[in-house]
Amino acid sequence: MATAPLGGIGVSVPRKEDARFIRGKGNYVDDVQLPGMLFLDIVRSPYAYAKILAIHKEKTLAVPGVLAVITGKDLEAAKLSWMPTLMSDTQMVLPTDTVMFQGQEVVGVVATDRYAAADGVAAMEIDYEPMTPVIDPFKALDPGAPVLRTDKPGRKDNHIWHWEVGDKDGTAQALKESDVVIKEKIYIPRIHVSSIETCGCVAQVDSMGKLTVWLTTQAPHAIRTVFALVSGLPENQIRIISPDIGGGFGGKVPVYPGYVIAVVAALTTGHPVKFIEDRTGNLTSDSFARDYHIEAEIGATKDGRLTALRVKTLADHGYTDAAANPSKFPAGMFHVITGSYPFKKAFVEVDAVYTNKPPGGIAYRCSFRVTEAVHAIERLIDILAHQLKMDPAEFRLKNFIPPEAFPFPSVLGWTYDSGNYAGALKKAMEIIDYAGLRKEQVEKRKRGELMGIGISSFTEIVGAGPSKDFDILGIKMFDSAEVRIHPTGKVLARFGTKSQGQGHETTYAQILAEELGIPVEGISVEEGDTDTAPYGLGTYASRSTPTAGAAAVIAARKIREKGAKIAAHLLEVSPDDIEWVDHKFQVKGVPGKSKTMADVAFAAYTNHPQGMEAGLEAVDYYDPPNMTYPFGSYIAVVDIDKETGQIKTRRFVAVDDCGTIINPMIVDGQIHGGLTMGFAPSMLEEIQYDADGNNKATSFLEYLLPTAVETPHWETAKTTTPSPHHPIGAKGVGESATVGAPPAFVNAVVDALEPYGVTNIDIPLSSYKIWQAIHSKDPP
Amino acid sequence: MYPPNFEYYVPSTVEEAVGLLDQHQGDAKILAGGQSLIAMMKLRLAQPAILVDINRIPNLAYVREDDKFLRIGATTRTAELSRSTIVQARYPILSDAGREIADPIVRNRGTVGGNVSHGDPGNDLPACLLAMGAEFEIHGPKGIRTLPARGFYQDTFVTSVATNEMMTEIRVPRPGAGTGSAYSKMERKVGDFATVGVGARVVVDSSGKILNAGIGLTNVGPTAIYATAASDFLAGKTDSDAVLAQAAVLARDASAPSPDNRGPVDFKKDMVRIWTRRTLRKALDRAKGGK
Amino acid sequence: MAIDAVEVQSAMPNHRSKTIHVTVNGVPRESHVEARTLLVSYLREHLKLTGTHIGCDTGHCGACTVLVDGTPVKSCMFLAVQSDGSEVRSVEGLETGGKLHPVQEGFHKEHGLQCGYCTPGMMMTSVALLAANPNPTEDEIRRGISGNLCRCTGYVNIVKAIQSAAKEMAAAPKGGP
Repeated sequence: MATAPLGGIGVSVPRKEDARFIRGKGNYVDDVQLPGMLFLDIVRSPYAYAKILAIHKEKTLAVPGVLAVITGKDLEAAKLSWMPTLMSDTQMVLPTDTVMFQGQEVVGVVATDRYAAADGVAAMEIDYEPMTPVIDPFKALDPGAPVLRTDKPGRKDNHIWHWEVGDKDGTAQALKESDVVIKEKIYIPRIHVSSIETCGCVAQVDSMGKLTVWLTTQAPHAIRTVFALVSGLPENQIRIISPDIGGGFGGKVPVYPGYVIAVVAALTTGHPVKFIEDRTGNLTSDSFARDYHIEAEIGATKDGRLTALRVKTLADHGYTDAAANPSKFPAGMFHVITGSYPFKKAFVEVDAVYTNKPPGGIAYRCSFRVTEAVHAIERLIDILAHQLKMDPAEFRLKNFIPPEAFPFPSVLGWTYDSGNYAGALKKAMEIIDYAGLRKEQVEKRKRGELMGIGISSFTEIVGAGPSKDFDILGIKMFDSAEVRIHPTGKVLARFGTKSQGQGHETTYAQILAEELGIPVEGISVEEGDTDTAPYGLGTYASRSTPTAGAAAVIAARKIREKGAKIAAHLLEVSPDDIEWVDHKFQVKGVPGKSKTMADVAFAAYTNHPQGMEAGLEAVDYYDPPNMTYPFGSYIAVVDIDKETGQIKTRRFVAVDDCGTIINPMIVDGQIHGGLTMGFAPSMLEEIQYDADGNNKATSFLEYLLPTAVETPHWETAKTTTPSPHHPIGAKGVGESATVGAPPAFVNAVVDALEPYGVTNIDIPLSSYKIWQAIHSKDPP
Repeated sequence: MYPPNFEYYVPSTVEEAVGLLDQHQGDAKILAGGQSLIAMMKLRLAQPAILVDINRIPNLAYVREDDKFLRIGATTRTAELSRSTIVQARYPILSDAGREIADPIVRNRGTVGGNVSHGDPGNDLPACLLAMGAEFEIHGPKGIRTLPARGFYQDTFVTSVATNEMMTEIRVPRPGAGTGSAYSKMERKVGDFATVGVGARVVVDSSGKILNAGIGLTNVGPTAIYATAASDFLAGKTDSDAVLAQAAVLARDASAPSPDNRGPVDFKKDMVRIWTRRTLRKALDRAKGGK
Repeated sequence: MAIDAVEVQSAMPNHRSKTIHVTVNGVPRESHVEARTLLVSYLREHLKLTGTHIGCDTGHCGACTVLVDGTPVKSCMFLAVQSDGSEVRSVEGLETGGKLHPVQEGFHKEHGLQCGYCTPGMMMTSVALLAANPNPTEDEIRRGISGNLCRCTGYVNIVKAIQSAAKEMAAAPKGGP
């Protein structure tokens, strides 16, 4: 491990990127101001499903400052009215005849500034003929349901795809033979990432015809390729710059229609064009997350050994499948649903359906549907424990995959790299005094008070991914690092990923500091500019450390290989006699005889051996051999106001294991934030639609992000079980807490309501739902 | 999301402001704290041609007490209300509410006059003022009139203030001996409108008998509601849990909530009952010298 | 005095625009703006002070928080014309003479920011909070920042950052920041 002055692995180095943010000198997309820049605003559909009869542009074009109006018909002429989604479905950029959800982009208005553009939007008159929308995903599959995607020749229903994995018959048999089987319906509602910065872009075409787009994107390189394929522009004539990003959480992975319209506007007007979503546009049209209707069965022997798991899920994708999953896995990593337990039989099937809602199915701080999986399994485990009259902690400890079983092949096809599940749970139980809490609960129950304790022992799957299984639109999910050491021993390192607050400028520098023996201050990290950074698939699904972080290590080690030869030259020994010790090149067995990386770097440009290429740099495109599997155990303690249904989270202890920790301070920050984004949908956030398809959460008045007052005071702790296949044993941590927290809350609340015979309450756990659960049963 | 154009006037007297409102009747809106109005303009739900900014009219922001009333100037910020030591000591219902309106930054701008005269059933102060039996001073082109809070709220966003009038002062009668008051707000999160809010005022004698009471309800009907039957019921009753429970049922029956994301009607009505009982208890504790 | 030429359409009727005098981060400004110009637009577009951000448009998130005459206001719910005659302080005005404000130091030291987008607004609220209450409890801090939403940090380290700033300010000699 590094010493603090180097700032290597394991040191809480304060973040390098803070210097600009705390001074208000960050450079977000909306901060880009170019001479002659115009502004794009968007007219959106008031209806969930309607025919467009006529678009009257006159009043809008008469608004002072309005320069142009762009419709679907305009785009159709350029063959740009539709675009592909990342799931190889198709999505409208602008509709030519039919709107498919409330809030859909219908017309683009280009004006000299954003006030004039807003006036132009307000002046727009469009004649619609509303049609009856398909809102309920179950009814969407009814034989008589209107077929929504009439643009697709031959479509006879709204079913998108069926996906299944596992042993169907074997699982049925195993459930039949189980002593106890429970079945539960769990709905994971539609939510929205709602990063505080909305999405947007600035598109500019220069005098040589090169298109530059400053874009709120988590995956600039992939976006450049998509832009090239959609627009027909040569890829070398496209530059995507992802500047500072004000939170991503998966919402800034897809390509949104507004981006394409802005590019078209820039191409047609010859001016740079800025598009910045307002919050209503963000909430009503950007990709949603979750929306899984899960029906699951789980079996056990009467002495409490798990036997089999069967899961049937309906996925509401809105009017197009615009999820951002690896191609091979339309339901993402949902089949990690066997969780922390060694099931011998399991079967999972998912059906996806079209409805008149916005498209999506993206992450919300989650690695491709893992949150849905963890929620289901950790709820089922609790319900089953209750059925068996076993303590839920004891039941988990009895059934966990034991540490010696790793690498563990899950029955649904994953190979868990490492884990010590019992270790994490026991640690959490000790910190929170689990036994003491259970005693207190017994006392409180006697007095009629409602207190609950909830556990979630999750297994995550992150770091997509090995190229044999993982690609997006055919592009393999490797990631990259390019490391260059300057003559004076300073480093410029560039990556194919893109930080949105995770602190890459600091943590990548720490990895390189450790590997190169160069202090962290001397290492600059750059990401996000496709003209300079090496190609990579970007940052989401907690993949940066497992992929690009590993690439940094490998690139650094390539540099060390060459460095050893230069050091040998300087020390006049054979390269075979050089070893890397204490962050230096040293003659084997002669501690006094050594060269630093800075010495070697200087020589690489001033005194390199004859016949060797000058310079000291390396690139690595890292193809991970496996996913990484972070895990942890969370315990929530809640008190419920019996009369009002209000829940107070008294304590929440999170024990996480993400393998080797690069920067403990940053990891804790990731967990605090992750827990809060687990808390938020558990208690507050949801996007609902009424029967007419009206979105009921179109601003932060109704889409309820927690403030510091509602958010619990998180308590965190760690265990460390390194990944055996990652070059420094790291796993990825950004999303663990969001994935792991919700079932801890639900388990705690259901535990509190045990006297009322409640087995499940779907999130968000509103006061009303709790009140209803209490009032629909006879009081005990 | 940006507001449409408008003409902007900054009167320096109430008379000038009223003159502008009168001259542009129906087209002009008063800009006070702007925390509701500017949002509505950005959403283009409100598009007034004229804005009359009353923030620079001198002597319109104050909290002072004379021998009859607590007098609150219309442009007093809601944050000021809860900071006032007079309010904290003698009108805790208002400092309770002042700490629950929207969020701390909005409270720095939002005004008492705006909160009271906007006519939004979700605003917290009207229920308190109904409970306290407050009255409002209204300036119009024909002079000044005074209206009681009870009867002032006619429908959602409709009050007794005409489009050429302006509320200038909120007057809360000085509480006599044995008075206690409190406001409770059930909300989903900070910044939310109430699921239900209850303002309660009670006056007790030395034996603990309730002499009179007032109960106002927030966001459980088209307007803030004065729970007349519940308030009247309490007069002359001796404080007991059973009496408060009965009053709470009467308050519940006075409410007429609409279903929304917070919950359906039966839930909201039950919350009126629960929070009425709890708020009355808090007001009674205060009346008896507790905090 | 810095004069900012701001384009206003000549056809603009009277009362639709106004010349304002505002001191922004200590610099007196005279500007001509449309009446409907939000203070946040004035700062970001006219003065190019892009540290103040827009997050929600409806007054809920607080990313646009600045101090007007020392009081935190949401600058997207406040007209630039309303700031006429006032002193406005934004994040760019926190560092003085090359020295970071203790609140800036605290946010850096305690990892009180991640993506940095809510940070300027959050820091401006913190500055006012500590001016009014130099030694706040955790509960007072959490209530005090409840008009500012953060999606990244879970608030834990923001609380620590403000506590750290409070400590530093208490230790600093009078007349300090």
